[in-house]
Amino acid sequence: MPKIKVKRASTTIDMTAMCDVSFLLLTFFILTATARQPDPLPVDTPASTVQIKVPDANLGTITVGDNGKMFFGVAGPNVRVRMLERMSEKYSVGFSQKEKERFALMEGFGVPFGNLKQIIAMDNAARNKPGLQPGIPSDSVGNNPSELHEWIIAARYATKEINNAEMRVAIKGDAKEQYPAIKKVIDILQGQKINKFSLVTNLRTENYAE
Amino acid sequence: MAELNTGGKQMPRVDLTPMVDLAFLLITFFMLTTTLAKPHAMDVAMPDKDKENKEDQLEVADNRTMTILLGANDKAEYYMGQLEKPLEGPTVTDFSKNGIRPVLLKKLKDVQAATGKSLIVIIRPSDKSNYRNLVDIMDEMKIVNATQYMIGDIGTAEVELLKRDGIY
Repeated sequence: MPKIKVKRASTTIDMTAMCDVSFLLLTFFILTATARQPDPLPVDTPASTVQIKVPDANLGTITVGDNGKMFFGVAGPNVRVRMLERMSEKYSVGFSQKEKERFALMEGFGVPFGNLKQIIAMDNAARNKPGLQPGIPSDSVGNNPSELHEWIIAARYATKEINNAEMRVAIKGDAKEQYPAIKKVIDILQGQKINKFSLVTNLRTENYAE
Repeated sequence: MAELNTGGKQMPRVDLTPMVDLAFLLITFFMLTTTLAKPHAMDVAMPDKDKENKEDQLEVADNRTMTILLGANDKAEYYMGQLEKPLEGPTVTDFSKNGIRPVLLKKLKDVQAATGKSLIVIIRPSDKSNYRNLVDIMDEMKIVNATQYMIGDIGTAEVELLKRDGIY
């Protein structure tokens, strides 16, 4: 007599298809993600309820932190090279092609112009060591405007030349930074007739605006 | 007698569940880091600063202006009208939900009702205030929907006032 077979549904599901899909997505996200460079000057930005994101392109960021140290960075490698070229004309310091290429990869920097070559020559890890870069001088010397002022102007011209767009300026300040340092930056911006700029903030997590 | 399954024809199967787990974990990580890492930006428009004629100050009605002075220790002080003869205040407050916000909301309404025009807020940060205070007060302006506000410089008389109230 034949046995009665009770068909049992198997509890294991074939995971192959799911695995395929998930790895496809994973590959996609890895490829589209932009590698984030470490900030040379890490700051803790204050929180606000604003929802507008910082734009990616045509943006110059002035980072203020660590008791008034100023760092400057501009978006786009080509813009950075052009900015450096303008600055090298201005201060008559030549930069080699290699140095320009290395500078193009630097997200931000905070050294007086005289020390820029040294910083460019360093590798990424050494460059971003905290406390190494003293900040860009922001005080005007005699009748000459400050170096930070010159960098911002150079970046604005470079953005205009390469992307044919106005550069937006963002101030990224540490929450504990005293107001005079921020005021200095605002004064430099207003000195170039930039009356509109952005303050970089975090998103406030708790339900604050109620 | 126990049966031995000796039929070696079965395909070797690998359990893919941990692999899928890992893949989804990584997907989540990449998704979060790419979209959420972007900081937010608060747009600020400063009044045009004319270096030639600094005396060219805008005259506004006293009953429409509210001045907020930012002092030390996350405290602020506000008054209506002019410093010499304030219509109200000066009162010390802070940046929390129950600090300056109810005052602003009330004033916005009062001024609108009394004059038919909107309230003008002048923010004067002192040297002892920090960047967080500035962002907080700007944020507060956004929250209460104050459209007319500006950041100005603080004067000596106002610093004296902050000193008197112990927040400088």
